Amino acid sequence: MSATAAGLLQLVILLVALAVVYRPLGDYMARVFTSTRHLAVERAFYRVVRVDPDADQRWTTYLFSVLGFSAASVLFLYAFLRLQDRLPLSLGMDGVDPALAWNTAVSFVANTNWQAYAGESTMGHLAQMAGLAVQNFVSAAAGLAVAIAVIRGLVRTRTDRLGNFWVDLTRGVVRILLPLAFVFALVLVAGGVIQNLSSPEEITTLTGGTQSIVGGPGASQEVIKELGTNGGGFFNANSAHPFENPNAFTNLVEIFLILVIPVSLTRTYGVLVKDRRQGYAILAAMAVLWGVALAGVTAAEVSHPGTVPEAVGATTEGKEVRFDTWASALFATSTTGTSTGAVNSMHASYTGAGGGIVMLNMMLGEVSPGGVGSGLYGMLVLAILAVFLAGLMVGRTPEYLGKKIGRHEITLVALYLLAMPFALLVGAAIAASFDDTRASLLNDGPQGLSEILYAFASGANNNGSAFAGLSANTDYYNTALGLAMLIGRFVLMALVLALAGSLARQTPTPVTAGTLPTHRPLFVGLHSFTVIVVAGLTFFPALALGPIAVALA
Amino acid sequence: MSNLSNERTHTVTTVQAPPAAAAPRVGAGLFDPKQLVASLPDAVRKLDPRRMITSPVMFVVEVGAVLTTVLAFVDPSAFAWWITAWLWITVLFANLAEAVAEGRGRAQAATLRATKKETPARRLAGGSEETVSSSDLRPGDLVVVEAGEVIPGDGDVVEGVASVDESAITGESAPVIRESGGDRSAVTGGTKVLSDRIVVRITAKPGESFVDRMIAMVEGAARQKTPNEIALNILLASLTIVFLLAVVTLQPFAGYSGELQTVVVLVALLVCLIPTTIGALLSAIGIAGMDRLVQRNVLAMSGRAVEAAGDVNVLLLDKTGTITFGNRQAVEFLPVSGVTAAELADAAQLASLADETPEGRSVVVLAKQEYGLRERHTGELPGATFVEFTAQTRMSGVDLADGHRVRKGAAGAVLAWVREHGGRPDLAVDEAVDAVAASGGTPLVVAETTAGGAARVLGVINLADVVKHGMRERFDELRAMGIRTVMVTGDNPVTARAIAEQAGVDDFLAEAKPEDKMALIKREQAGGRLVAMTGDGTNDAPALAQADVGVAMNTGTSAAKEAGNMVDLDSDPTKLIEIVEIGKQLLITRGALTTFSIANDVAKYFAIIPAMFAVVYPQLDTLNIMRLSTPQSAILSAVIFNALIIVALIPLALRGVRYKPVSAGAMLQRNALIYGLGGIVVPFIGIKLVDLIISTIPGIG
Repeated sequence: MSATAAGLLQLVILLVALAVVYRPLGDYMARVFTSTRHLAVERAFYRVVRVDPDADQRWTTYLFSVLGFSAASVLFLYAFLRLQDRLPLSLGMDGVDPALAWNTAVSFVANTNWQAYAGESTMGHLAQMAGLAVQNFVSAAAGLAVAIAVIRGLVRTRTDRLGNFWVDLTRGVVRILLPLAFVFALVLVAGGVIQNLSSPEEITTLTGGTQSIVGGPGASQEVIKELGTNGGGFFNANSAHPFENPNAFTNLVEIFLILVIPVSLTRTYGVLVKDRRQGYAILAAMAVLWGVALAGVTAAEVSHPGTVPEAVGATTEGKEVRFDTWASALFATSTTGTSTGAVNSMHASYTGAGGGIVMLNMMLGEVSPGGVGSGLYGMLVLAILAVFLAGLMVGRTPEYLGKKIGRHEITLVALYLLAMPFALLVGAAIAASFDDTRASLLNDGPQGLSEILYAFASGANNNGSAFAGLSANTDYYNTALGLAMLIGRFVLMALVLALAGSLARQTPTPVTAGTLPTHRPLFVGLHSFTVIVVAGLTFFPALALGPIAVALA
Repeated sequence: MSNLSNERTHTVTTVQAPPAAAAPRVGAGLFDPKQLVASLPDAVRKLDPRRMITSPVMFVVEVGAVLTTVLAFVDPSAFAWWITAWLWITVLFANLAEAVAEGRGRAQAATLRATKKETPARRLAGGSEETVSSSDLRPGDLVVVEAGEVIPGDGDVVEGVASVDESAITGESAPVIRESGGDRSAVTGGTKVLSDRIVVRITAKPGESFVDRMIAMVEGAARQKTPNEIALNILLASLTIVFLLAVVTLQPFAGYSGELQTVVVLVALLVCLIPTTIGALLSAIGIAGMDRLVQRNVLAMSGRAVEAAGDVNVLLLDKTGTITFGNRQAVEFLPVSGVTAAELADAAQLASLADETPEGRSVVVLAKQEYGLRERHTGELPGATFVEFTAQTRMSGVDLADGHRVRKGAAGAVLAWVREHGGRPDLAVDEAVDAVAASGGTPLVVAETTAGGAARVLGVINLADVVKHGMRERFDELRAMGIRTVMVTGDNPVTARAIAEQAGVDDFLAEAKPEDKMALIKREQAGGRLVAMTGDGTNDAPALAQADVGVAMNTGTSAAKEAGNMVDLDSDPTKLIEIVEIGKQLLITRGALTTFSIANDVAKYFAIIPAMFAVVYPQLDTLNIMRLSTPQSAILSAVIFNALIIVALIPLALRGVRYKPVSAGAMLQRNALIYGLGGIVVPFIGIKLVDLIISTIPGIG
């Protein structure tokens, strides 16, 4: 089979698989978050943390619950990493440095999983399993919870209540993430991903040297790494490592896991707003963005411009031979479109255009289809922006799903759209300004600037993937990226919950022929165009000096 | 008010509206380039930063212009001076747009001000009369006005009836009748009494009169930013911050790349990126929207109401005068058996002599046309007592000297009168009444009684409602726009249904009392719908206040004008439809120009980014797809285009985007194509053309 045929075939398999689970999973998630029954295990948890699961929270309470829970998680994880040498299963690893421990704790709690360390040489098994993997579950569930609260804001009327964060969080973990993770961990193990608690194995290499091979609970962590759009690899090489992602089958399963919840959540959305077409429209806009990016990256990587790639016949540098260009481009597009940040190839080695597109993919705000929960609420905020302009153009003050987009709502939307570029551009501008911070760069010229831009795009958008080349384990990058991740996660959550609170208070306007239809292809086009224009206009100057200058060279 | 009294209200002033389909679409609004020159001094005055700050986008441009001016002095170059000059021109053009919009209102204000001259007022104080200045009048004062005198202040007629020349306000030269009681008691200060004598109770404080408010509105002085305008301003301000962020952080990236930019270039880039087009025109669009209303003789008391008009979901339209011609006409005499049509016509004519309503007149006319009955005059009938039509009795008639009494009026009222006078109307009458009503007509029953005899019904007159030409099409259009029309009428449900079907409205409210109207409005609003209505009577006032858009007729009472948020000086209820269109057009114009403004940025990036960085990265010259001649000419072209497009769009901002009543989807498609796609393409052409011209300038090209 030719590379093209194989590439297209796996794309088709992926799309079919997603299509098959779309309805059942989406409907199931809708039921999970609307059910009034609590499972025994959930009830036990509520008793332990002493929350009333039937209390309905205002948006402020909901937000403080998210922030309180996340702050506690950061502190816990920070302490865990600092003290790992005193805990069992540390494999003899030292406690983690303060700056790195802060960066890592923030990174995992913010669902970013930026890793300024190499997993196999920094984290013991317990830190991986009880520290990082736990956050992989709960940070994803927190994103899901906020998305559900935002949907409630759109659906509910004349109320100041958005649901209960603790219930949404618990159900997300217990009823959605854990069952899926369990099943697919077994699938990955069957596919050859490792799962053990062994100590490193000493082996003698062919040349007679010795090498320490670290194993560990790989599959259980790998599955939630993808499923929760986390991306933090067990090993430094992430999904390019043969223990995490041994073959084309596991590669496809991992891509499927990355996309399955963000995609199916649009169905949940459609069901909850009682208009499935709205869900399809959001999905269509996500699909347009994902499809365009995939086509661009694949074309850039397959067309292999440049002397060496032309000689070799493909841009193979930084890519695993077992995945080749197509599977690498598919993985790269999906991981940067979802805030996952797992990689099966090194994005820095992509062509200027390919690397630029995956970077832009993150700069869109992680909405194609975005992180678990965060992709949906990010897309809804952009839909509201699109509605604002389009709504005016049909001669009505703008409304989305019957809720008016007035001064208060547009202020929150505007701040939402400002926060991420602020964290990204300011962080990157400082990094580009000083000799100290530039010393971390592997390359100079536009490729070096791309390394900086990529790092902050990744941090501010909670992606977590790295444009290999930047040595990010310095005080500045650890701190600044940590801040960027916090802004990109929690400032946005605060704004979007405030928006939900404001929408929930309204009396909806009934739909008439004069209402802007938000489920038609025209609006889908406007919506995806808005996403591209907002990001494009904000980042074009910076991109011109980085990836665009590389691409046009 | 009952439907019948409604007609009485309109007898004097109901203008036979031209066929609705031929009515001018919104969009008219003349723009004369001379206005640009005339408004220049105002535009310069508006450069005051304290005034500029109300438009955050243009304030940033002004700050940038100040900055480049300083830099041009410090480090002079042809390029720096050109950029500086054009940045100032950009600000000036924005101010010009606003000044032109305001200037158009000012001419009207001047005319109005002429009516505001101080006039002597004859105030009644404890039975005696004293002459005071009109500015000393307080609410509650009673003043006497006689023929030839100017009414000194706003108020209600409490005594007498007079014909009044209101042309100073309405532009309508035909005098109108103002009389105490009823729904046409309101008079406006500055208008002139032509005949008779009236006593007016003053209702407005000095400086808060109708004319004062009107002047403030048309001059834009009282203009407050509307909710949607504020929301849009917030969005524009945040876009400005985003671009400020992009431009400020570009310098470190430029420094990293080895090509630090001059501040002049960065300011030029910033000004090109921020949404100056819409920022410059936003306020002009708002003023022009109000102005378009004023041109149609509608006075909005707040910009908020104009905006709400665009959002209206339900229109409550009075049947009479709006959907049908104000006067129903007698078209047929239907005698009961045993009575000839001529007898019926004769009695009907007699009974209608004291009925000055158009219906009453039409009976007389029909009797003359069909049966050659000469119109009798009241003086020909010595000893006759005329019973005038009132809203309470709902019938008119005459008691002749010989004891012969004739009555004509609403079926219920006349039948009750017949029974009262010993008559027993048979079933045939009911059938005839129902038949007329079912056909959409209004049945009037004619009855008589002779001295001592029992009353008997003579027959039924069919008053047909004539639906205005083109209304059905108009309602179809409204439906396409998502607006539901509800016809409000005092008619019985059967009649109402027939007319509703004939006119093509979506719903009707029959036998409507003011409370019913109010209840309907509240019900619609509870469902999240916005309601617009017209009204003129005092008992319409609560509903006018409750409606989101309440248009009071100028002929109406002070209470109604106070309660509504718009006043139609022509007192034409059909205008509600135009008001909705103007509201929509206002919002569309804002949205379209915002989209256009943002879409423009694409081309500007392609002009400026390669110009800035092609020196350090020659490959970026690939992005110079317009092939602009030099970096300087490229940047300057973008700045010049950015300024010129403001002036080019002033006429559009004032006139409003062309509006056609179609569905939201179709409208979006059209506007997204023109202003979105057009906004991307136009600047590529425009910048290239500017570059072709300016590249001949030494130091630039």
